[in-house]
Amino acid sequence: MNPAGFSGQMQRAWAIAKKDIRIYYLKGPVLIFGVFMPVFLFLAFFMGGRQLPLSFLISGLVGMTLFFTATAVSPAIFPWEGSAKTLERLASCPVTVEAIVFGDMIASTLFGIGITVITVIIGLALGLSLLHGIMLLAAILLAACCFSAIGMLLAVPPTNVPSNIMMLSSLIKFPLVFISGIFVPLEQMPSWGLVLAVFSPLSYFTDLVRFSFTGDHFFPVWTDIAVLAVFTLVLTVVTMYLHKRTMPRRM
Amino acid sequence: MTAIIQASNLTKVFGKSTAVDHISFDVSEGEIFGFLGPNGAGKTTTTRMLTGVIPLDAGTATILGHDIRSEPVQAKQRFGVVPETSNAYTDLSAWQNLMLMGELYGLERSRAEQRSADLLGMVGLLERKDQKVQAYSKGMKQRLILAMALIHEPELLFLDEPTSGLDVQSTQMILALLRDLNQQGTTIFLTTHNMEEANRLCHRVGIIHAGKIVAIDAPEKLKVAIDRVHKIEVSFDREIPGDALTGLSGVTGATRTGDKWQITADNRDVAIHSIATFSRQNGAAIVTLNTLAPSLDDAFLRLTQEAHS
Repeated sequence: MNPAGFSGQMQRAWAIAKKDIRIYYLKGPVLIFGVFMPVFLFLAFFMGGRQLPLSFLISGLVGMTLFFTATAVSPAIFPWEGSAKTLERLASCPVTVEAIVFGDMIASTLFGIGITVITVIIGLALGLSLLHGIMLLAAILLAACCFSAIGMLLAVPPTNVPSNIMMLSSLIKFPLVFISGIFVPLEQMPSWGLVLAVFSPLSYFTDLVRFSFTGDHFFPVWTDIAVLAVFTLVLTVVTMYLHKRTMPRRM
Repeated sequence: MTAIIQASNLTKVFGKSTAVDHISFDVSEGEIFGFLGPNGAGKTTTTRMLTGVIPLDAGTATILGHDIRSEPVQAKQRFGVVPETSNAYTDLSAWQNLMLMGELYGLERSRAEQRSADLLGMVGLLERKDQKVQAYSKGMKQRLILAMALIHEPELLFLDEPTSGLDVQSTQMILALLRDLNQQGTTIFLTTHNMEEANRLCHRVGIIHAGKIVAIDAPEKLKVAIDRVHKIEVSFDREIPGDALTGLSGVTGATRTGDKWQITADNRDVAIHSIATFSRQNGAAIVTLNTLAPSLDDAFLRLTQEAHS
């Protein structure tokens, strides 16, 4: 088999994803953070006295959970591996930068999906009815890929100090949550807020989750899916291109 | 012989500093090539360029017939790398690290398992294969990354200071393994500043200083080339007058040091024959006779100092 061919590189990306899951994701603190954070955020809003309907809260919670978990660990993997010199090991193996990035994306996608499923189960356990299960599943898969690409994009600055990346990551991630219809429904947002929301992939995912649970939506459903798909594609290509440029500066 | 590595005008610039300055050399199939130089000379940068870890700023590098810029994956598939710093995943066991390498080199699982068991046995880590690497000593980690570099039976092995800071046992084990691998046909590119190691192991050495190659030759030829005046140390079973020795053919001077004579000669072979003839003719038996050739250390120091001045 040609090691540089598509299937050869996909196999290597899968090997990298398994390595990431074993080393970075299947850790007690990471799993506990992944499960407890959405639960506590949900409780904070549920008991906060804002009189928001449960279906709205759960939709926002699912959006937030997937966004935070899929972008939680991936931005720090490159800096960690750069400082431990294991990135140099990968770079000297017959693996392209694209395959390394894709492997990291697969791991964060799977982690995001796994934790988000727990949130959905919480919603169902609280009596929420799921109207469009297939749509929810498709939305979670697509958005997990999209958010993983965002996570990897945050790792582009060629620093090997994880805390620098995590700070940058928080500076970008938290404002994004506030403009994406999680805490304030898109229909209640001021016009400037809506303009910002249009540029956030999280807005479209939250809209799809809301549609799956309640049947309501702000954007047309197929627009949500198409925009999420475009975001995923563009962010993945841009992330791979930028990592290819910055990777040598980590060595 | 087929050139396994062909480096031509290899150049790397970091900011205003030229780390590697248009260097060119070839490494032939089956050769152990030592790449020597003082700290900061450009050894590791050269190795990183040849292994495709960092890009070349100018020049070309062809590894096993593949241009490292246009066909990096095909080239990397056929060589292994042992870096100076152990870079195994410390949160994984030795076995898991080897299986990961097997997957990254596209090995079938059964083949990867067989190779991993063989290699761990070879480097003496089979009994601790399931232990996390973070509990390993430096020597064990270095032996493990050698095994990781060999998982796919590479035709070419790059090693960057493989025995730096290791205990004698690990050093000897690694050097013996390298000799065995070379005898089985593996070409070896060895970066080191251990002269003794290079002297004992390498067929040819290249010396780099301030980013430029200052010499490439066999270690013995390099030693001889730096000093045209040879030294011979000889002792006899009875007293010999100094002027009797200085008059011998090929001998340019004789100095008494303890019970020995240190003779300088412009032609070592002629001088030794003259001393032997003198010994026979005068009934003065030779007790010891040593040629004091310059060491590779001397050659290295001389060449790098000349390049500096």
